[in-house]
Amino acid sequence: MTPVAISLDVNGERVEAHVLPRLNLADFLREHLKLTGTHVGCEHGICGACTVRVNGEIVRSCLILAIQTQDASVETIEGLSDSGEIADLQRAFRDRNALQCGFCTPGMLMAAQDLLKQSSEPDREQIREHLSGNYCRCTGYQAIVDAIETTAWSRAGRTP
Amino acid sequence: MTDAPETRDALSALDRPNSYIGKTMPRPNLDRLMQGRGLYVSDIELPRMGHVVFLRSPHAHAKITGINALAARQLPGVIAVVTGQELATVITPWVGVLSHLKGLKSAPQSAIAIDRACWQGEAVAAIVATSRAAAEDAAEQVSVGYDELDAVTDMRTALDPTTSVIHASLGDNLAFERHHDAGAVEDAFAASDEVVDVEFIFGRHTGVTLEPRSVVADWNAAEARLTIYQGTQAPHMVQNIAALHLGLQEAQVRVVCKDVGGSFGIKVHIYADEMATYALSKLLRRPIKFVADRVESFNTDIHARDHRCRGRIGVKRNGTIMAFEIDDLTGIGPYSMYPRTSAIEANQVVNLVGGPYVTRNYRARARVVFQNKNVMCQYRAVGHPIACSVTEGLVDLAAMKIGMDPVEIRRRNLIADDAYPCASPSGLRFEQLSHHAALAKLIRMMDYDVLRAEQAALRARNIHRGIGIASFIEVTNPSAAFYGVGGAKISSQDGVTVRLDAQGAVICQTSITEQGQGSESLTAQIVGSVLGVSMDRVRVILGDTDNTPYGGGTWASRGAGIGGEAALQATKVLRRNILDVAAAILQMTPGELDIVNNNVVNAGDGTSRIELGELARIVYFRPDTLPPGIQPELMATRHFVPRAYPFAFTNGVQASWLEVDTETGFVKLLKHWVVEDCGTIINPQLVDEQIRGGVVQGLGAALFEKCVYDERGQLTNASMADYLVPMSGEMPDIDIGHVVSPTLESELGAKGAGEAGTAGAAAAVTNAVNDALRPFGTIVTEIPLTPQIILTALGRI
Amino acid sequence: MKASAFAYARPTSVANALELLATHGDKAKVLSGGQSLMPAMNLRLISPEFIVDIGELAELRGIVVKGDVLTIGALTRHADVLKSPEVAAHAPLLRDATAHVAHPAIRNRGTLGGSLAHADPASELPACMMALEATIIVCGPRGERRIPAQEFFTGIYETGLSPQELLVAVELPVARKRSSHFFHEFARRHGDYAIVGLAAQSIVVDGYFTDLRLGFFAVGDRPLLANAAGELVNVPVTPERLTKAAAVLSDELDPQEDQQATPAMRRHLAKVLLSRCVSTLLSRPDLRSGAPE
Repeated sequence: MTPVAISLDVNGERVEAHVLPRLNLADFLREHLKLTGTHVGCEHGICGACTVRVNGEIVRSCLILAIQTQDASVETIEGLSDSGEIADLQRAFRDRNALQCGFCTPGMLMAAQDLLKQSSEPDREQIREHLSGNYCRCTGYQAIVDAIETTAWSRAGRTP
Repeated sequence: MTDAPETRDALSALDRPNSYIGKTMPRPNLDRLMQGRGLYVSDIELPRMGHVVFLRSPHAHAKITGINALAARQLPGVIAVVTGQELATVITPWVGVLSHLKGLKSAPQSAIAIDRACWQGEAVAAIVATSRAAAEDAAEQVSVGYDELDAVTDMRTALDPTTSVIHASLGDNLAFERHHDAGAVEDAFAASDEVVDVEFIFGRHTGVTLEPRSVVADWNAAEARLTIYQGTQAPHMVQNIAALHLGLQEAQVRVVCKDVGGSFGIKVHIYADEMATYALSKLLRRPIKFVADRVESFNTDIHARDHRCRGRIGVKRNGTIMAFEIDDLTGIGPYSMYPRTSAIEANQVVNLVGGPYVTRNYRARARVVFQNKNVMCQYRAVGHPIACSVTEGLVDLAAMKIGMDPVEIRRRNLIADDAYPCASPSGLRFEQLSHHAALAKLIRMMDYDVLRAEQAALRARNIHRGIGIASFIEVTNPSAAFYGVGGAKISSQDGVTVRLDAQGAVICQTSITEQGQGSESLTAQIVGSVLGVSMDRVRVILGDTDNTPYGGGTWASRGAGIGGEAALQATKVLRRNILDVAAAILQMTPGELDIVNNNVVNAGDGTSRIELGELARIVYFRPDTLPPGIQPELMATRHFVPRAYPFAFTNGVQASWLEVDTETGFVKLLKHWVVEDCGTIINPQLVDEQIRGGVVQGLGAALFEKCVYDERGQLTNASMADYLVPMSGEMPDIDIGHVVSPTLESELGAKGAGEAGTAGAAAAVTNAVNDALRPFGTIVTEIPLTPQIILTALGRI
Repeated sequence: MKASAFAYARPTSVANALELLATHGDKAKVLSGGQSLMPAMNLRLISPEFIVDIGELAELRGIVVKGDVLTIGALTRHADVLKSPEVAAHAPLLRDATAHVAHPAIRNRGTLGGSLAHADPASELPACMMALEATIIVCGPRGERRIPAQEFFTGIYETGLSPQELLVAVELPVARKRSSHFFHEFARRHGDYAIVGLAAQSIVVDGYFTDLRLGFFAVGDRPLLANAAGELVNVPVTPERLTKAAAVLSDELDPQEDQQATPAMRRHLAKVLLSRCVSTLLSRPDLRSGAPE
């Protein structure tokens, strides 16, 4: 198998690379681009740690081939952090200690921001439902739900 | 070494102005983790690094008749294919026993199996290549000849004479047996009005850390030094053991532990494949990286629990608990794990059953047997969930039998809060517990009577909700009694070094480690509070055997209580040293000065006299201006280990409120409460989140988690799709309250809180399910409480 | 776990895709959303030599209503189905069912056609197709075939699709007047595959079913359109009638044993679902109490 040329945007930067067809997007981001904020927890699409945005929508990067992202726009936790897009969400996570080991956190933030973009005032059940594909072994989820709820309120200009 | 009591402080070190103790402070390391700027072992790349994949036995028990790697070695990218025999030239085998667990036996275990594989998943060859994918490709080309042997899989028949013996040299499959008999058990049962006798069954669980076990081992042949990057809870233990088995001095091994993606006891052990990775680096003279994939994690990360425990309780009609008796059986896989051994969980069950209660009459037997399944060992709350589920299950069933409310029977039997110090029926010594205060607080928090009324009203509408209560005790702050006395080189003491840098900031090196509990934060909070500097001036360094004092690390809820006390004592010395220098500079006495908000101030009126940065400037760059005879020491080290009590016991109580769909057997968790007493609380948010996380691990055990083996010893659900972990959608909100009984063994007074949640959650849920099922006259005593089990108990299927 | 090496092609037209499939036969696998295929490949449960990525075939994407027919392209993602006003108006059962498919990040990639072609017996969507009287449209070297959903699913991960064919669309008759639906599944966790599930479509007139289609899933090697429905149509539904229907259902089920449930438990849960479904559709709480045994 020979590497195939791909060209895509990653966190707003144009990236040209040669990849083997079997390389998945998670490994491409981590090993080729050294964007190690995208984590790999199961490699079979269950844990959600590798969640990134492709063309604005969250996906499991372990279930997409790098070669399928030709011309796509890929955003990782590094991009969302640097742009400031989720600064308030990260602040809420920090204030609420909504992470312990932090391994699930990039994927969790991706999923949370996805929900907050779609729904301005999700209730706790909707938050839990939207996160239901993102595994966290440390927190028990409640602090994460709290942090997202707080962010939703503050984005909606409300206080709890 | 003990310092003379500090006399110049009017307030204790913890109550000083602007103290961070008892306050919620954000952890300093969170931004790094939230922005994807952490450094987990799986992120590490080194020059010339090879990736190892282990070819693993597909059989539970098989003789290895031959390994042919010719084809694999020809594949592009393959660096080496190494067998157990070949690796044995650089690493020696080990035996996981401890002398204080009398009679515990195990067989020598090799880094890679030689001649024989003893569980499905044991490594039989290592394939090293330039990438993980290439190594996996090559692994498919290695052919291994196996002769299948009888697999011992059922713990109940492991000791039968007709069952084959896994390690012939051991004579039988019994790894460990313990008997305990206290009080007058027979008389007590004879005098009981009712006796309940049931078997409790616990599924085999595993930790499912989100980051799989990972290690990068880097043998630098020119330096003759091995650097191990590993997400471990005990770096100095890894250093000691790697050196021992690779024929090195400890000084030749450095263990570096950066960010760790979850641990919970999974990453506190020495695993064969990790040892093999160290050895491969030495053998191949290059860095080698091993990152377990998820299937390997399920097959090789330690499993835990998997007990069958018969329990008996005798009770008087007035609610007096007369006696407990248990007969516990567990199967631990083919080897006792190294170096902590696999007998600890059963031993802990014997220690903890009946622990919250007054009765002195207690008899126990625990047997630990070998089997051809993955190894079992210590995972979060070792033994606690079993002991708590058995004890609290028995107490509830006894209450049910005599028609007493579950809260009332506990009120009548829990050890009184003013009865301490005292000992448990198994001989454990308690310094100060608070069962009654905790129970009273729990009842208030959950509004118990209102909930009971709601339950009754709903029951009339055929909606079946249950309340489950579970009191528990928790082992924290272990002394040398845990491992050291048994001969394991696992430090029970921890050390902290603090120093003032040249700009008046503080650098703190501690031997405890961070896996997300908040070790960095609590250390900085203690140092900042005791010294009188703001937390943002305190930088904590941990997880590096070259750069921290010697110590045990973070496990068994010891970080805050032991490492925190070392930090407190070291900082007190630094503070005194700083005040000595300041007094000399200011021509005052140290007693007239204090440190507040990064300034040396007049103790009397708080007027700032000299900023710490200025003091440091003088000390480091203009010592010529200091009075003669002064040699400032702006660095101090102290160590701490508990000596008076082998463990700092804590206590607490949990409650679960849930609904059982009696047509489908599904359980919906509605609410969960915990009241816990961990002594001095350094950071309430960190404590609460430890407890919440622990509860959810316990809820996973209660409802979902089980490693399912078939009769041939094949793990049949080794994926995250099939091994069900708790996800956000099914978990309840958890309310937490505290009672505070500081330990007097340390100035800090902190005990641990890491096991509490896991200890009692499953017991509370099981009791709640049985409470809900009460109108149906059936009980369940097996977890996980799957719909299948509940429907079967209800006789619907 | 890394996928084995494979060759990869991204056809630009259905014709092109069919050529590739004709050339590579059963050595090739069609990659649609990849949410079932990629996990299996990453785990090396399957190692296809050739991947035909149909993701660029825009012609297979989209939802249109023409007359009485709702057509959904095979590449239409679950997320698109959930957002579609056409689906909400004309096949609300499908919308409800799709909300139970996995999780948001999966639904952003997974496709209707991929799910149907994968034919997991525990999957929600094949059963919906049966309940909704869907026609599965496939294209192959010999042109187009239209296969009724009831004939399409032939076993565990098996369909009437040949290795040379591509599933291109499904057609659903738009929901009739007075039609109602019911969807429920028993899954251990949100987004998990069901232990047992039911997708039902009905027409209720004056408290009677004039039509009832019960699509059970995770009750056998393929979704089941239950004949038990016949017991309940055009008759007054009494508890006795429901018990009879449950007995008929029990006879036609052939549940599998797995780690979640024994066959007996699946039978039991299917009967509970039947009772809850009938009770809900007829607005008759009296039919719900207790599972008909």
